[in-house]
Amino acid sequence: MGFLLETIIGGLMTGMLYSLVALGFVLIFKASGVFNFAQGAMVLFAALAMARFSEWIPKGLGFDNKLLANLLAFAAAMVVMVAVAWLIERLCLSRLVNQEGITLLMATLGITYFLDGLGQTIFGNDIYKIDIGLPKDPLFLFESLFQGGVLVGKEDLYAALIAAALVLLLSLFFQYTTTGRALRAVADDHQAAQSIGIPLNRIWVIVWSVAGFTALVAGIIWGSKLGVQFSLSLVALKALPVVILGGLTSVPGAIIGGLIIGVGEKVSEVYLGPHIGGGIEIWFGYVLVLFVLLVRPQGLFGEKIIDRV
Amino acid sequence: MLYRENGQFKTTYRADEQIFPIAQDRIFIAALLAFAFLVVPLTAPEYLFRAILIPFLILSLAALGLNILVGYCGQISLGTGAFMAVGAYAAYNFQVRIEGMPLVGSILLGGLCSTAVGILFGIPSLRIKGLYLAVATLAAQFFVDWSFLRIKWFTNNSSSGSVSVAGLNVFGLPIETPAHKYLFCLAFVALFALLAKNLVRSHIGREWMAIRDMDVAAAVIGIRPVYAKLTAFAVSSFIVGVAGALWGFVHLGSWEPAAFNIDRSFQLLFMVIIGGLGSIMGSFFGAAFIVVLPIVLDNLPYWFGIPIDTALASHMTNMIFGALIVFFLIVEPHGLAKLWSIAKEKLRLWPFPH
Repeated sequence: MGFLLETIIGGLMTGMLYSLVALGFVLIFKASGVFNFAQGAMVLFAALAMARFSEWIPKGLGFDNKLLANLLAFAAAMVVMVAVAWLIERLCLSRLVNQEGITLLMATLGITYFLDGLGQTIFGNDIYKIDIGLPKDPLFLFESLFQGGVLVGKEDLYAALIAAALVLLLSLFFQYTTTGRALRAVADDHQAAQSIGIPLNRIWVIVWSVAGFTALVAGIIWGSKLGVQFSLSLVALKALPVVILGGLTSVPGAIIGGLIIGVGEKVSEVYLGPHIGGGIEIWFGYVLVLFVLLVRPQGLFGEKIIDRV
Repeated sequence: MLYRENGQFKTTYRADEQIFPIAQDRIFIAALLAFAFLVVPLTAPEYLFRAILIPFLILSLAALGLNILVGYCGQISLGTGAFMAVGAYAAYNFQVRIEGMPLVGSILLGGLCSTAVGILFGIPSLRIKGLYLAVATLAAQFFVDWSFLRIKWFTNNSSSGSVSVAGLNVFGLPIETPAHKYLFCLAFVALFALLAKNLVRSHIGREWMAIRDMDVAAAVIGIRPVYAKLTAFAVSSFIVGVAGALWGFVHLGSWEPAAFNIDRSFQLLFMVIIGGLGSIMGSFFGAAFIVVLPIVLDNLPYWFGIPIDTALASHMTNMIFGALIVFFLIVEPHGLAKLWSIAKEKLRLWPFPH
């Protein structure tokens, strides 16, 4: 029982991290109808920027305070991500308005290649560390209830808390600020939003910047867990089924989808894996999504798709 | 001046229904085929066969298969690599487990197995559309990759799914030199291109296109979506499976599941989009572009004599590749095939446009 609980809690925390990446997908899809395959590359890019800036800035300015270095690196990385967002909008998306979804998807795949190459050209292609001082030691919960208690990594716990806080922050931003309201308007109907004077281009830059921000946070958390290296961009492939499960247009869907897939993956790996050969984490999310979509083609929380002739 | 159909009158329905209604096109294609079948095998250097021609032929076959699904029937698939893998591994099993199985037989049977898997993973397309379907097809990709890595039976108990074939021969003729391999692939490609072209011109091809353009409207006028979508998946994954078997048997010789991973799927999708959705010709253009471009980019620094670090060179290649993809999508979203047809239209009026 304690072991099952431990697996589930582990799954929930991983799931929270998936949601963080998934959130980036949903934000961009909602606001511009682009299925942004480059989210994974953005996570890698942001993490690389963060890792290298936190090395370079103290060296360049000659001080030795880790907190300050991290803060400055975060700010610098954020500036870089905004610049990337602006460039993507200017050079690519604004010229592809009114193209079909698949063309836009391919364009973001092109951006993925570009960002992968650019990031590693500028920031180098070794494995880098991000150290924001997350504690590494494990934590034991419910020791009175189960023998040995339930083992939880403190790092995972903090990461999940940060992710939850970010999600809350974004929801508040979307719900209560003027910009957030404009974003929701654009998401709802491009033309109507434009006709009441919301500048679409600026909104898209903002959305891509916000997606860049989530990529940065996801990159920092994943990077401090796994180290910053090329494989970080594959996190996006783990987040794809999360987005689809929750529904492409739903922010809460991304969170709940992440939790479901995180838990399902861990539980199935632990209890089903040994019987059929292990490593089923790779496809579990996708196959689960396949079956869910057969029942609900728009995902769990997506807007209902209505066909008209 | 040379390219126009003045004076070419069609007096029979047969003449009206030809694949190439203009005589110059027929001559061009015949010359191209003669060149490909007769001149290239005798003259091309070995490097050209190995690095460019054979991969180009096999990948254009796969792109052709994918184009039927994506370009003609409008069902986005990100799992093409998986269907190639099924074709390759199934053909391998037929070859190894059945004594005296002819090579062409195992390749075609591999294609049939891929068809079965394609139909299975095509079933969700009856309910799921667009981007949701694209992600759902990734399930095929990851599941198939995993099963060839982990399920020992599929790979004849070889470790980590790496298998190899040797001593290929067709009806007693050995396929050893690159020129032989090239001719073998070329025969397959030419045959399948003709089949595909005729298929998309037939009633079934029209059904696919109707489904692509608007599936609800197509259903209203009496096209069965189930039948149309599943046949598209079947035909597409058959061709892709055959291409996969060729890729494994002829091009690689020994391979492991990573040869058919998700990057392969994306690569094929790039070919289809850059070449032109819904165009047989486009599949070839796209394949040529995507096969040749990385080779050119890799060699560019050497040609100009710029000493460059290999890691940096590969990153630069990625960047240029990505940028070119985006550039092409912006300049011509309908692909190279569209440019080709514009050029032909212009040529018909040249040198005296209206």
